[in-house]
Order: sequence, then structure tokens, then C-alpha cells
Amino acid sequence: MRPEAISRLADYDVAVVGGGSAGLSAAIAAYDAGATRVLVLERDVRLGGILNQCIHNGFGLHRFGEELTGPEYAARYERALGERPIDVMTQTTVLRVVPGQGIVAVSPEHGVFRICCKAVVLAMGCRERPRGALDIPGTRPAGVFTAGTAQHLVNVEGVLPGREVVILGSGDIGLIMARRLTLEGAHVRCVAELMPYSGGLKRNIVQCLDDFGIPLLLSHTVVGVEGQGRVSAITLAKVDDRLRPIPGTEERIPCDTLLLSVGLLPENELSREAGVRINPATRGAYVDDSLMTSVPGVFACGNVLHVHDLVDFVSEEAAHAGECAARYAMGDGSTDTGVAVTVVAGDGVRYTVPSSLHPRTMPEAVTLRFRVTGVREHCRLSAYLGNERVSTRRRDIVVPGEMQELKVRAEQLASAGGDEPLTVVVEGA
Amino acid sequence: MGDPTWDVVVVGAGVCGCAIARELSRLQASVLVVEAREDVCCGTSKANSAIVHAGFDAPTGSLMARLNVEGASLFPQLSRDLDFAYERIGSLVVCTREEDLPALRALLERGRANGVPELSIVGRDDLVRMEPNVSDAAVAALWAPTGGICDPFDLTCALAENAAANGVSFSLNERVTGLHRLPDDTWGVSTTRGTRVARVVVNAAGVHADEVHGMASIQPMKIVPRRGQYELLDTTAGNHVRHTVFALPTKMGKGVLVTPTVHGNLLVGPTAEDIEDKDGTQTTAEGLARVREASMLTVRDIPFRETITSFSGLRAHRPEHEFAIGEVPDAPGFVDCAGIESPGLSASPAIGRMVAGIVRDILGLSEREGFVATRRGFPRLDRISLEDWDELVRKDPAYGRVVCRCCRVSEAQIRDACRRVPGARSVDGVKRRVGATMGRCQGGFCTPRIMQILCEEVPDLDLLGVCKSGPGSELAVARDKDGIGGEAHEA
Repeated sequence: MRPEAISRLADYDVAVVGGGSAGLSAAIAAYDAGATRVLVLERDVRLGGILNQCIHNGFGLHRFGEELTGPEYAARYERALGERPIDVMTQTTVLRVVPGQGIVAVSPEHGVFRICCKAVVLAMGCRERPRGALDIPGTRPAGVFTAGTAQHLVNVEGVLPGREVVILGSGDIGLIMARRLTLEGAHVRCVAELMPYSGGLKRNIVQCLDDFGIPLLLSHTVVGVEGQGRVSAITLAKVDDRLRPIPGTEERIPCDTLLLSVGLLPENELSREAGVRINPATRGAYVDDSLMTSVPGVFACGNVLHVHDLVDFVSEEAAHAGECAARYAMGDGSTDTGVAVTVVAGDGVRYTVPSSLHPRTMPEAVTLRFRVTGVREHCRLSAYLGNERVSTRRRDIVVPGEMQELKVRAEQLASAGGDEPLTVVVEGA
Repeated sequence: MGDPTWDVVVVGAGVCGCAIARELSRLQASVLVVEAREDVCCGTSKANSAIVHAGFDAPTGSLMARLNVEGASLFPQLSRDLDFAYERIGSLVVCTREEDLPALRALLERGRANGVPELSIVGRDDLVRMEPNVSDAAVAALWAPTGGICDPFDLTCALAENAAANGVSFSLNERVTGLHRLPDDTWGVSTTRGTRVARVVVNAAGVHADEVHGMASIQPMKIVPRRGQYELLDTTAGNHVRHTVFALPTKMGKGVLVTPTVHGNLLVGPTAEDIEDKDGTQTTAEGLARVREASMLTVRDIPFRETITSFSGLRAHRPEHEFAIGEVPDAPGFVDCAGIESPGLSASPAIGRMVAGIVRDILGLSEREGFVATRRGFPRLDRISLEDWDELVRKDPAYGRVVCRCCRVSEAQIRDACRRVPGARSVDGVKRRVGATMGRCQGGFCTPRIMQILCEEVPDLDLLGVCKSGPGSELAVARDKDGIGGEAHEA
């Protein structure tokens, strides 16, 4: 399987893997930053990615100051893309990213082919954690769906996946689907959440559950699935503070459908094969302030880097990745980036993106994005270089379901010698 | 129902029923396979360890031992003829205590007596070289290079397709409900679809073989469903072991096996629980916990967080723990192929030969001309070279449309699976034939697309009719805003 043996289709400055919200934004920004030959590779028949099945509104509040549906949000980017001479290949599956060389892909039109490029932007998004990863015991009937699969069936195929529904996991897609299925006439019995807090955005709990009288059962999980052809019932149980089911709390709920909204996993199979170092906390790449991975010339952004709550921030992050990829491809900016400051997730912080900064070459200000480990009220988000607090924000409340941001300015890191990390913490107000 | 008199009706389209049918298709006989479920390979054959055992386990002189060793020796040629996934990766039986070494040596001697070739005992140093993640407690192992792994779906479908290509008929969704002798010494086979007439009936009904046996004979037979639960890990964990690793059965317990699969996953299991319910294929929290715990006996650091699914299957266990194969004395023309539990998959090619031989002798059948021994398999896009994949796309662009991203299955293979005889009629039928939905996302992304393709390929099927497996497992219940909560809305 020597990539060189495969026919070479074309050469590009920047190739973007994935034509969803991240890929579209990255490609536009790469072109605008001076890369003249930009390519987007998309496996579906159309661009837009998962936005195409998100027909609810709420997209674009930050980016455009208005509430758009998913397809409307995607359409804006597709229009902007179309106004630029950016190449798009749909129905094209990337098989391999070869560092320093390019990309191997397959499509019905071109067969297996390769393209050469100077920089690659990884924008493959994420997948949903399936039932098997939770090891829910019981039978394996029809009627157990991930929330996203159910969303596709309802919104794209126009069919209902069930009538009596229990949803496990209060991630945003699960909450959105609770409302969507209710609007289509199904009966959503409850949403059960393993943790003592919801994994979704507050606004989704209010608009999708509270407004429809759908109960949210915190500290609950599904411990059994029954049914031969189709699901006939599930068993719920309370969990203790170590998340183990408490014997005697089981409740059997007759239903025909179990939806799972139990976590999203970045799709990094291509990245791993390309030698990109993966952060076990995010399951995405380790990146620096230019969103470049451990492999030179390979950048990552959007949900393949870390799972976001809002598409607006995906677009913003991806634009930065596209711009940096273009600069890399055009040979602008020396490869000597000076000392690197490692960014460390300290008390109360699960991870940070990026995980290193180059004070000499980084932009004037960089946004650190991260998640907290638990619910915390009246607190501060702070970044320390040694004992010096270089950035801080007060917050009334932080929850793991909502991504946090903190800006760090290059000038504040000027004195850093590289041996001292920048530590991000949640602390008392 | 105007049905002909069949020379042979085979009850059950598991791996044995299909192997028997294929061997019978070499003969001048009309053969019908009736299967209660919606597809071939729906019972014991679909959920097991997928191991081709070398043959050292069964007692020397038993039918199990003989057919296992013979079956295992047939696999390499059969896998070439029928183009199914099989790899002779070898197996290790790991001994973790010095005091159990005599038992390991006894296993070696039994294997040699059974006729298993190339057996040897390897010491700890060699063992660690062969299997770096073997348990720290491992002291030695029995090495059997002829042990292998296969894809039981692929094997069973290949046997069925090849049998069909050689003239065997299949009737699915047809359950046998009774047997009676007719005045002309043929058998009347009552089914959920009417009555079939057969000169010989072969009972290959898996966990239901005792019921079918009881319809023909007054001699008692008992099959106990023995449940085995498994954990299947992502391909990222597939290299954790390189061979099939068994635990030496000791007083401490039987242990579970840890093995790579032909798809590059890691499989851990099974438990062994005797149950009553012949549909009792549910997993349990205790069972899965036992699998994880028992695996640690022989292999360390198994990354169970990479688990993508768990499942369980039922072995057709007879208390005698021996295959029951042969014409039943009080039921002339009725041939049992019952109690086929492990190593039944390994023995299946030999079982097919043996049962076909019995039928041939009863009916005095001779070979027919024109038997085609080979069958075209499905291309494995995750295994073939990029050049070969490119060739496929040139011939059929649908090979360039990847539907199942996790296992790299294209639209072309899915359509092909639907067009085979017997072909895929459900999402699971597609999965069994070409592996789509078997990967890390477990069909999250590709299920809707597979449903569409099924509708395009299967006559009179629409999205509401598409099933995960058999009837009653429909994936969608209604059109949007249609028939729910009372009256349908206007379009």
C-alpha cells in the first residue's frame, strides 16, 4: 500500500478534511489568509456535516447575532465558500493523511487517488458513544438508537424511530431530541442522567424539557434492556456518588425506544495513523496556539479537536486553524517559534486547548478553551505563570456541560522561560 | 401446497445446516433448507468465539475430537474455495501456576492422541516473546499452531450461497412445528407455512434440536441452552494479543479466552451459564463483570474502555457433552445433527461431510456432475491494496462510496449482499455479510443509509418495513406526524 503508487490528482496549499462547520470555516479563512489553492474533502454528498440534520434554531447567536437553524447556518458558510475559488470534492472519503506529502482518498469519480499539499486541516468532527461502550446489559433489540441517529431518521428520512421513548444522557442532542420527538407526537417518558448535573446547556434544559414537562432524572442510569424484536422495556436505577447502580432502586419502564446521548468522541482514527499525538482528556490532538498538532503542517479544529457546545465557537476556532495552516503553507513565519509554554489543566479543570503557547510567535491574544471538572458557583477562572496570575475572570457559575474561555495576552508571557507552565485553575472568588 | 417431494429437508440454516446442504449439493438430490429465523446464521452460529480449535480439548476417541481435528484440517482449503475470512494464527493455553504444569502436559498428550499436529509446550521466556501482554503469572503454555480464527457469519453465508448456487433451495421465516411418517415411508414436515414432504429429514436445529428430535422419536434428548457472554473491543485494541489465548482449566475455574478477530478487533469471553430460555440471549451485569475479571488470569492490561459492544450466544449443550449425529433408530430417514456445541464451528466442515455421507447411504445417492466448489467472497476494503481498490471503483463506482466508515464498507458491497442468494433482507443481514455497522460507532452513522439501500434493493420494502433482524424488529414505527396520537395530519 505505497501511497506513491497511487495516481496524483492535483496539488494544493491547504487541504481540509471534512466539510462540516469546522471544515467550511477553515477553508474560507485559509483562502482569505493567502492560500490560493484550497481543497475541501467531504464524504457525504453535500457540505454542512451534522448541521444538515439540526433543523432546530439557536445557531449563530454569537457569530451572526441572530438565531439560525443548522442548515441556514451551514448555508451562509457554503455561500461564502462558493464566492471563493475553493475546490470541493464531495462523496470523497479520506483514507490516509501522509505527513509532509498529502492525502490519499477515494471517490466514485476518481477512484483511489492522492493529492499533494503543504498543510492539512483535520476537521472530521466526532461520533456518538454507542450503547456497547456503556455495557448496558440485556437483549439487543431494535429501538436502541444514539440521539443523532434518531435525529437523522426524523429530520432527514422523515420517519419516527419510536412512540414511547426513554432518553439516557442529558447531552444537548438528547435534549433537542426530547423536544423533537414530542413535537412529532411521540411520548418521551424521561431523560435520565448518570451525573448529578446535566451535560447539556441550560437553555436546552429549559426549552426542551421544562417547557414540555419532561422529567430530568439526575443520578440515574439504565441497567437493563428488554425485548426480542423491538425494545419492550428498560430498567432505570439510581446511582450512588461513585456512579454505581444502587440495588433496590430499579424501576422498570415499558417503552419501545431507548435514545442514547451519552457523549461524543472525536473521530481521530486518521490523525492517529498520521502519528498525531492525542490528548487522553479530550481524545483530540495536542495543539499549540496555532492549532498545529504534534505533526508539523497538520492542524486540527472543531469537534475533532475537542467537543464543543456551540457551532459559533467551532467556526471561530476553525478560522484560526485555517489561517495558521495558510501561513504555514505559504512559508510565512519562520519555523523557529522560540520557547514553548506548556498549558496545564490545574485544580478544577479537565483539559485545555491549546496545550502549549509560543509567546514570541503567538497572536497578540489567544483564547484558552477548557472544561471544568464539576459544578462551581461564585468562582474565578484564572491562569497562573508560576505565582503570577496573568489572566482571570469572575463567573457566577461554571458547569462541565459549558465550555469556558480565558484570554491570555502574549505580552504577559514575554518573561516566560519555557520551564514554567501556564496553569489554568478554578478558584474561589 | 403443491410442493414436490424433497429428497432431503434440512431443518436449520446455521453453520451445520448450511455445511450439510453444501455437501448434499454434490449429490443427485433435491434439497430444501428450512429456517425459522429471517436469515441464515441467526442462532448459535452467530454469537460464539469465532475460533477454529486445533482439537486438543475433547476426550480422545470421542466424535467431538475426531470431527474437530478433521474440521480444522479442512478450513484452509475451504476458506480458499469459499473465500471467507479465516486466519491460522495459532493458539496458546496459558498455565499460571507451577503445580498445574502436569495438567498442561496432560493436555499436550491428549492433543497428540487426538491427532493434532505440531503441538508443543513453550516456557515463560518464549511465551512472553510470542505474547508480550501475557499475565505476569504465566509459567508456560501449550502452543497449537493449527488453531485459527474465522468469521462465522462469512463462513455460514458462504456455505449457504455455494449450496444455493449448486441447486439447494432455502426457505426462511419457516418454523417446523411437527413431523409425521407418511404411508409411503416419507416424512411429512409440518411448518408455519404448510406441509413439506421429504424422504430424509436432517435435524440441525441448534438449541431447538431436542424439540425437533422429539417430533420424530420417542428416545429422549435434552438440549440445555448454555449462555456465553462476550465483550468486543475496538480495532485499536486488536493487537493486544497476537494469538488466541486460553486459560488452562483448573480448580480455579475455566477462564475465558482472549483473541484477535479476523476483523482486527479483540474478543474476550465467554461465560458458561446453563439457562432455561432458548431465546435468553441477554447479557447481564454479573456475566460481563465475570468476563473482565476472568480475562485477567491470562492477559494483563486489557483496555476495556475500548469496548464497542457486548453480546451473548447460546450453545446447544447436551448433558452427555458429545455430538449426537446419526440416523435415529426408531425414526428411519430422520438424521440428528444435535448437541453441536464448541468445537462445533471448528468441526462444521467435517460434520457436513459426515451427515451428507449418512444421507447418501440411506437414499443410495450418487454424485452429480457440475458441482461448483467455489464462491466469490466480498472484497475487504480494509485489507486489500489501494491499487486493487482503485480497480474496483473503475469497474463499479459504488466501491468509491464508503457507507460504513468504521469498517470501510462501500455501497457496492451492501448492494451485492442484498443481491446474493440467500441475500441480506435486514440491517443485521447486511452486517453479517459485509461487516457494516460492526465498528466503533456501531451503525450510528450508516444505519439510515443502509436502510435506504435495502429499500432500493429489496422488492416491496419501504423504510417503515426495514428491520434490524427478523419480523417485529422494525427500526421506524411511522412516518413523521403520521398515525401517532390519533389522526394523521395532512401532508
